[in-house]
Amino acid sequence: MNGMVHLRIDDVAVEVAEGASVAAAIARVTPRFRLSRSGRPRGPLCGMGVCFECRVTIGGEAHALACMTPVREGMQVRTGG
Amino acid sequence: MAERCDVLVIGAGPAGLAAAAAAAGQGVDVMLLDAQPRAGGQVWRHDIAHRAPRRARHALRRVAAVKRHFGIRVVDADASARMLRVEDALHAREFGWDRLILATGARELCLPFPGGTLPGVTGAGGLQALVKQGWPVSGKRVVVAGSGPLLLAAAASLRAHRARVLAIVEQAARHDVHAFARALWRWPDKLAQAVQLRARLLGVPIHYGAVVRAARGDGTLCGVEIDSAGVSVELACDHLAAGFGLVPDAGFGRLLGCELTAATQPAIRVDALQRTSVESVFAAGECCGIGGMDKARIEGAIAGHAAVGDESVARALFAARDRARRFADAVAHTFTLDPRTRTLADGETTVCRCEDVTLDALRAFHDARAAKLATRCGMGACQGRICGAALAELFGWSWHGHPRQPLFPARLASLADESLARRSCP
Amino acid sequence: MPAYDLIVAGAGIVGAACALAAAEEGLRVAVVEPGPIGGGATAAGMGHLVAMDESPAEFALARYSLPWWEAWAEEAAAEFRRCGTLWVADDETGMVSLQARFARFAAADVACERLDAAALREAEPELAHDLAGGLRVPGDAVVYPPQVTRLMLDRVNARGGALLHRRKVVALENGGARLDDGTRLAGPVLVACGCDTPALLPELAIRPRRGHLVVTDRYPDWLHHQVVETGYAASAHGDADESVACNVQPRPGGQLLVGSSREYGRTGNAVSMSLLARMLRRCFRFLPGLARCKALRAWTGFRPATSDGLPCIGAVPSRRNVWVAAGHEGLGVTTAPGTARLFVDLLLGRAPRLDPAPYAPLRGMT
Repeated sequence: MNGMVHLRIDDVAVEVAEGASVAAAIARVTPRFRLSRSGRPRGPLCGMGVCFECRVTIGGEAHALACMTPVREGMQVRTGG
Repeated sequence: MAERCDVLVIGAGPAGLAAAAAAAGQGVDVMLLDAQPRAGGQVWRHDIAHRAPRRARHALRRVAAVKRHFGIRVVDADASARMLRVEDALHAREFGWDRLILATGARELCLPFPGGTLPGVTGAGGLQALVKQGWPVSGKRVVVAGSGPLLLAAAASLRAHRARVLAIVEQAARHDVHAFARALWRWPDKLAQAVQLRARLLGVPIHYGAVVRAARGDGTLCGVEIDSAGVSVELACDHLAAGFGLVPDAGFGRLLGCELTAATQPAIRVDALQRTSVESVFAAGECCGIGGMDKARIEGAIAGHAAVGDESVARALFAARDRARRFADAVAHTFTLDPRTRTLADGETTVCRCEDVTLDALRAFHDARAAKLATRCGMGACQGRICGAALAELFGWSWHGHPRQPLFPARLASLADESLARRSCP
Repeated sequence: MPAYDLIVAGAGIVGAACALAAAEEGLRVAVVEPGPIGGGATAAGMGHLVAMDESPAEFALARYSLPWWEAWAEEAAAEFRRCGTLWVADDETGMVSLQARFARFAAADVACERLDAAALREAEPELAHDLAGGLRVPGDAVVYPPQVTRLMLDRVNARGGALLHRRKVVALENGGARLDDGTRLAGPVLVACGCDTPALLPELAIRPRRGHLVVTDRYPDWLHHQVVETGYAASAHGDADESVACNVQPRPGGQLLVGSSREYGRTGNAVSMSLLARMLRRCFRFLPGLARCKALRAWTGFRPATSDGLPCIGAVPSRRNVWVAAGHEGLGVTTAPGTARLFVDLLLGRAPRLDPAPYAPLRGMT
């Protein structure tokens, strides 16, 4: 489990340890994961998949939970949705 | 085609692992499901930088041969058909059971306070969970706030990941916590854990009788104001990890039609053998009442044994469960929320994070349904899991009416599948 | 005994609209509502303001009503959005129905345009590429009904009306109403209780017709029009005991409301997963990409339905000073303003601008 995984967060290249969550990878780029209904920035709250504040677009899938998704090599992630 | 098993266990935390181990020991066909990608639940959540605790490794070894599906979300369940629908990253699938054990755990109680929605503000257990999966906190300044033993455990984890824990802000009064500590000799293993935890937190100031007044920042968190026994203290920080204890995650039980307790934060009602009001459905651990890991493990074992008909083995564990529940009662008593924690929010504070509903917008209503209809409070993606628990504390609102599918947001395709349709024709 | 010029039983959108129209005529109005404001069929539906034309009388009431909705377009809390309706057909039968609808709209001066398969794709890229054609009605819109209902009652209140909230009309007696707390109110009573109307007026054959809806997470700009299959009422719903049809609405916040189903003879509010699955598969036929959208929740609601699909509006025969406005099935939001004007004209003894005969409360039942 000591390998490193490479992914892109909003076109920024990020390297994180294998087993890390997409949320952990995003945190290296920005604390702002999404915009609320009225346009205010939000980041993860619960860390366990119930608050839905960490929703981002992962590989084209909108509203994916960053805290529940392990990183995979070559992943493309979009924040700010 | 549905995959069938004798005993289906939902949740791979301490309760679910104990239940699966107890049931599997009898040679029956057991299956374990969890939403997380790895076993362990929250308290034994896999840490990519540190080895699992000894007890966790032991619990995981005992279920090594048990079939499992992780990284799934429950869509729907039908108690009379004894069927469960889940979806994973790609597909919907179904599982059939003969007996079902719910070990769905708990969530953190996140009470609203000004600035509480700023990125950088998380739950206490929330930040702990994120950090275990690689969230970078090395060198970051963190304030841990709220209430309960979880604050110390979270702070210790954060320190182990090289965060600078500036302070622990505990709402309970110092004399209550100290009285609790003095009574810990009755639970020697707990006393040992507490001593060990305090050693790991050496040098971290703990404010008792203290609450977060506000999180500050323009777009992201830059500091907090705390009220420490009447004195206002400002701390610059990168993270605020605030949790006001745990609430049972009883949603799955509700969906199945299980009777719940009448508490402010309802739990799944169980009898001595951990049976719910629904035939062949058992529940164990935090989802039937907050009580910590020991209670969860014992309840899980009782449920597992009872589910395979080993009642005498299950009954032999009752005394240990009583002891664990007494400890849980002492914890609950010590960390009872002070009324101040319910008045932290001001009128402009966001209560429903999914729909951006403020406290002022909710004050005009006398129950949850009227408030929901007018403001959409609790109708967003989390379906009231966060704001519903908070409003139960703030206004005493009973949040949940009739259970609604899907239990967690699910692809429409997962609701449209034909096999599910066939089995649930009324 | 407190006396009013009008006592409205039921604060759904129909009751609220009638109360407002009466208050605007200078009448002293009381509205009695045991549950949340707009908490019945008003809350369960989609809030689609649509020129619906399944029968001439339905079409007439819808056209009579729609212009009044313009007054709500600037009211932010009403969440009015003119998304238009896109009627779509997936086969030749659908095209025949679409053609007939176009003819009816043209004859009634409802602005609309026919779209061929290519224009359809341009209007809504997410539509299936093998559809036969569409009809766009740009004037149709959506609102958020529970909130509009509250706004209407605020206006009633501003005109001196009374809202007796968490009180219920339990009996009609002696030219007035008795409430559940024993209070008696004097004055004409309008029963606007939707599906609960027969509890006060058992002579009215209004039956609950259950429907399912699903709401998704936010997909802004994914869909622009409310997309309805043209067989919506005629072939897809009709008189069958159970039917489904594609009806998908983009909410102003980016969520998608996905319907629809109709069932008679169901009383519980539990979601029928089998019917929900059928309904969703019908929607995927027109909008295949919906399958990947995430559902937040599914629910059921009850539409107050009559046997001929038309509401009951007017004085209740053989009862003194008792009126009804109920039975609007799925079109109560669209037709609430017209219902209210028709009712108030009848109440005040004026000649209504719309022929009331098709909506006579006991039509065909005596």
